[in-house]
Amino acid sequence: MNNFLQFIRYIPVLFFLIPSFVQSQTFLGGDVHGSFQLDAQTYKADSAIGAPDVEEKMLMNGFLNVIYTNGPFTAGIRYEGYLDPILGYDPRYKGQGIPYRYLQFKKGMFDLTAGNFYEQFGNGLVLRSYEEWNLGYDNSIDGFRAKIEPVQGIIVKGVIGKQRFFWDKGPGIIRGVDGEINFNDVIKKWSDARTRIVLGGSFVSKYQPDEQIMVDESHMLNLPLDVGAWSGRLNLIRGGFTLNGEYALKYNDPSAINKYIYKNGQAIWLNANYSVKGLGITLSSKYIDNMSFKSKRTETGNTLDINFLPPLTDQYAYSLAAIYPYATQPTGEFGYLGQVVYTVPKKTKIGGKYGTTVKLSYSRTDDIGRTALNDTTAIGTPGTDGYEASLFGKGDTKYYEEFNVELTRKFSSSFKAILFYMYQVYNIEIIEGHTGEPVVYAHTAVADLVYRLNDKHALRMELQHLWSEQDKGDWAMGLLEYTISPHWFFIVFDQYNYGNPDKDKRFHYYNLGFGYMHESSRIELRYARQREGIICVGGVCRYVPASNGLTLTLTSSF
Amino acid sequence: MKKIILPILIVLMTGVTCFAQGDTRGNRTIPAVTVKTMDGQSFNTADLANDNNPMIISFWALWCKPCIRELTTISDVYDDWQEETGVKLVAISIDDSRSSSKVMPFVNGKGWSYEVYLDPNGDFKRAMNVNLIPHTFLINGKGEIVWQHTSFTEGAELELIDLVRKVKAGEDISGKVQE
Repeated sequence: MNNFLQFIRYIPVLFFLIPSFVQSQTFLGGDVHGSFQLDAQTYKADSAIGAPDVEEKMLMNGFLNVIYTNGPFTAGIRYEGYLDPILGYDPRYKGQGIPYRYLQFKKGMFDLTAGNFYEQFGNGLVLRSYEEWNLGYDNSIDGFRAKIEPVQGIIVKGVIGKQRFFWDKGPGIIRGVDGEINFNDVIKKWSDARTRIVLGGSFVSKYQPDEQIMVDESHMLNLPLDVGAWSGRLNLIRGGFTLNGEYALKYNDPSAINKYIYKNGQAIWLNANYSVKGLGITLSSKYIDNMSFKSKRTETGNTLDINFLPPLTDQYAYSLAAIYPYATQPTGEFGYLGQVVYTVPKKTKIGGKYGTTVKLSYSRTDDIGRTALNDTTAIGTPGTDGYEASLFGKGDTKYYEEFNVELTRKFSSSFKAILFYMYQVYNIEIIEGHTGEPVVYAHTAVADLVYRLNDKHALRMELQHLWSEQDKGDWAMGLLEYTISPHWFFIVFDQYNYGNPDKDKRFHYYNLGFGYMHESSRIELRYARQREGIICVGGVCRYVPASNGLTLTLTSSF
Repeated sequence: MKKIILPILIVLMTGVTCFAQGDTRGNRTIPAVTVKTMDGQSFNTADLANDNNPMIISFWALWCKPCIRELTTISDVYDDWQEETGVKLVAISIDDSRSSSKVMPFVNGKGWSYEVYLDPNGDFKRAMNVNLIPHTFLINGKGEIVWQHTSFTEGAELELIDLVRKVKAGEDISGKVQE
């Protein structure tokens, strides 16, 4: 309780900070704007669920982002502080400082940056630097970037730099170029053509000084100091059809992730869409073989990634549907997905007064097929080419499979509902590294109901259930959210693991909170008993340990 | 390096706090960032405009339920809004390459008639200082950002159209933001 009081004491201070941040301001003839976020959590030991005792009692992550623009110049800095890092974030973030600062000059065809920057070539298969605050992920490149657009429809980019590694930089230097051409912009005759074509290509290389890596007592690796990767991409658009594909190849790059094999890596990413008003269809496929690309050979964690390997599956906001999230296996996977979104027109018998949206989705991901190089070398032997694999060759192990359907319908001006069902096959041994655990088969159902009491007051209810014979068994969840527009929300929910095969672990994970929003500021206070799990954003996941305590989130843009 | 940057930060911050108390209101316009159209062609955000009429810019993603609730709610009344005020809604999807190619089928499947762009690496999101989504901006006929709001609660669309009407009528709503 003492912790709670201490915590509460700080809230007025935080509120006091908000007004000065809300709006962008002029300064020295330029314009200052930015954003601010603070996440703080108190901890209480809860040995039943495995929540540890935290020495600091309270931990916080925060940042302030300031951007100054004046004519062609933009300058930005981000101050970050982790006092100390919230549990589940990498403890190496401990500290305070300015890990991100840049100066940018934009005029005419030139866009030049010195300092930290985020960049993505194509779909990111050979280069993507980005940040995701909620994951504690930041692989910004510190160096130089030039973007040149000599004529409308042609963009050329060049980058060089080292990547952020917590409060330091990784050892590798990244060099990359990317070019993209939109034929319909460049060739005047084609400007009104029904078919549109965009072509792009990238080349990225990393340099890391030599080091001594022994594969066994008598064999040291002869390491490539420069590792190159290239990719080509095509975008074809005609009427309601879109075809988007990218192929990437990475040359020999022995690393801790691929267990020091010299095989080239390759990836292919294909998407075909068709859509007209009321109907959308997506077909996707991807094949990844040995495509982890980091600016440090020995790194195995979620850091220093040069490229991005997106998973195919959707991401779910409903808590129980997010218990078993799929994450890309960079050493090799082959997957495909099909999705249909259809809105039954309004004022029809089935569609109802406002129309009903149906979303169907199926996806599956397997291991890739690998064959041994010869009779005497086992697959994946360090210091060799590892194995042979052919493009789109499927292996024997299923990693993930999913089918889901979602119905969204507004019944009246005051009542609407979403019904969701999902079936999952989740290879927990591969995805989470739980050796020896059986594959999880899970069914999840959700009813999400919104009832508007009047123009300002609304009540939302979520009922969720997950059925599974494996892992932690069955879960039930109920949630109530009351909102007073546009300022207040109050939320309460309980996740109950009533079907846990271990009777002593049938816990309630409850959560109680409220928030206040004003323009672009938002403050939220919650008490939560948090289950251990995985939170994923984009293709990256982070382990969240069990905890019990208060959480404060304060965010503001100005 | 840290020794140089910290004083700069302090100076900047003092500037921010001082000017916030003064009368000088920022009339920031939309920054120029390259985003993609839904079918994958490059587009410069400085070209976002609506013939001197108000414009709403809403950041969303396929994985964000409140965002989709907001855009679905507005979609039901969008024709009326456009007819009355000439407002245009520009929806910026921050889905990364994992799902950015699913945006067009989804938007069309839902029957939305918004102008939608993709910001797969968050460049526009960062330039607009968006931390959490949904985050909605209101732009006046001169292309100035006059109001912004984060999160969606049922009924918030009524406040939004109210503000759009005021902006359309030429009222300065940015002053009220500070209250």
